[in-house]
Amino acid sequence: MKILAIEASGLVAGCALLEDGQIIGDYNIQFKKTHSQTLLPMMEELRKMTDLKMAEIDAIALTKGPGSFTGLRIGAATAKGIGLALEKPLIPVSTLGSMAYNFYGTDALICPMMDARRATVFTGIYEEYDKPVCRKEPCAVPVEEIVRDVLDTAGEDTDPAAGGSGKQRRVIFTGDGADAYRAKIEAVITGSGISCSFAPAHMNRQRAASTAALAYALWQEKGEGCFVSADDFRPEYLKAAQAERERAYAEKTGQMDALAAGTLLKNRD
Amino acid sequence: MSKDITILGIESSCDETAAAVVVNGRNVLSNEISSQIDIHTLYGGVVPEIASRKHTERVNQVIRKALETADRTLDDIDAIAVTYGPGLVGALLIGVAEAKAISWARNIPLIGVHHIEGHISANYIAAPELEPPFLCLVVSGGHTHLVIVKDYGEYEVLGRTLDDAAGEAFDKVARAVGLGYPGGPKIDRAAREGDPHAITFPRGKVGESRYDFSFSGLKSAVLNYLNSEKMQGREVNVPDLAASFQQSVVDVLLTHAMDAADTLGIRKFALAGGVASNSALRAAMKEACDKRGITFYCPPPILCTDNAAMIGCAGYYDYIKGKRSGLDLNAIPNLML
Repeated sequence: MKILAIEASGLVAGCALLEDGQIIGDYNIQFKKTHSQTLLPMMEELRKMTDLKMAEIDAIALTKGPGSFTGLRIGAATAKGIGLALEKPLIPVSTLGSMAYNFYGTDALICPMMDARRATVFTGIYEEYDKPVCRKEPCAVPVEEIVRDVLDTAGEDTDPAAGGSGKQRRVIFTGDGADAYRAKIEAVITGSGISCSFAPAHMNRQRAASTAALAYALWQEKGEGCFVSADDFRPEYLKAAQAERERAYAEKTGQMDALAAGTLLKNRD
Repeated sequence: MSKDITILGIESSCDETAAAVVVNGRNVLSNEISSQIDIHTLYGGVVPEIASRKHTERVNQVIRKALETADRTLDDIDAIAVTYGPGLVGALLIGVAEAKAISWARNIPLIGVHHIEGHISANYIAAPELEPPFLCLVVSGGHTHLVIVKDYGEYEVLGRTLDDAAGEAFDKVARAVGLGYPGGPKIDRAAREGDPHAITFPRGKVGESRYDFSFSGLKSAVLNYLNSEKMQGREVNVPDLAASFQQSVVDVLLTHAMDAADTLGIRKFALAGGVASNSALRAAMKEACDKRGITFYCPPPILCTDNAAMIGCAGYYDYIKGKRSGLDLNAIPNLML
């Protein structure tokens, strides 16, 4: 099984090649250039360095979201183009699940966060003890809300009265959202009694190898059930476009004509 | 005879996802366009984020359909030509990323094409005998350019709009009088029932270059007129307003274009771009050209709207000149001609 993984959901442009459970190439760049400028040249470098024959690729893995809308689409269009060109399927994995998978084997709860601007994050809660488990599905929420949520979950897991193990449950925060809102996160942690840490640099971002490895784990578990056709794949943005939210509001308040005329009145509930 | 060159064209600069297969620049085997216009109509104009999302959903199907209709596979494709600007950056990026991915996966040469160059090239498809040099007026929702096409891929821009594009003015006026989006076809239709001389609107003049355009003053004049009629409690005759506004736009475009043709002694004139579908503009330009003995060219509407056949055509002339783009090709929203 040869999986080519593409990562473009956030600040990192990355690609990795996995062959029969081994990562044979993993190339990640977090730099000021755009993914449009970096991603394909990096993939070409990976191809050359690993003597990759295109026909040998069995599937293209990618992070399906959440993430930067533009980044997700660059990843999507790149994966779709390769899928179309090679007639091969995609294996989409959750961006947050891929970030959490970096910590496979820990008994801590993982809280990956991507900055979604204005003190909100794309986030979820994950366990990576003996298999990846999503404890809270990906969502876009204010950063304090998810921190309280993950601390509560850790507290319940610790408390025997709540059916917990009685062992102290720790929490690891990771991702650019954890960096961007560290002060806010630490303010919520203070006094909670839960032991928390922030991921070290090499585990603090999306990483193509992690996406490749998670896709491989999915394939081992589900076989072709993890495949999505390149034509049908759509990113999972988690957030409607601003205009779509306005449209829903216009429908609710009977203002569709105003929407088209650019004269939508807000606060009409 | 040398081997045929088959180009796969891809276009996603605004709200049309398009792909086409073109042989030797002028023989269009397929020209697939997936329009998003119904969605954007709800919003009264193109919403970039929605356009980008729709391109992502449709791009593979459109490319597949273009290959199927042409009865070709990627094995037959000599190069992939893709629009990389100007346009909406998020929208452009879909076509660019897709084209680069196919190019990389199948080792097919990649050519980044300028969107306006594509519009100009639509004339080569419509008129097999047309060769440079000629004068071309490109008018669309995003562009108003008066260009001398000196040779294939060689342009001298004589004039451009300093503010709104002609098509943008159509959209804004249509929106203001409640005709809705897209403004071009709706104004065109309404104007057929109206008197083009009913209301006198200004003909935009610009100081610096005699060939530059300005449409924001005209747009303001229309909005002021609407406002003042409303203040005085008078009903606006929409067909008359549409016809008078359209006449003003056509007059400005025609005067500049014919001034350039007369001054520079150019005997071939071509229209291009979405607004080239406007019936009043086509008729007026043809008449003015005929009167001067200038040969008039204008593609059919299907080649005036955003499409990928024109990109495949422009890409062909780049291809035979040896132009190639790298895998770092980026979308450039304000790309200059």
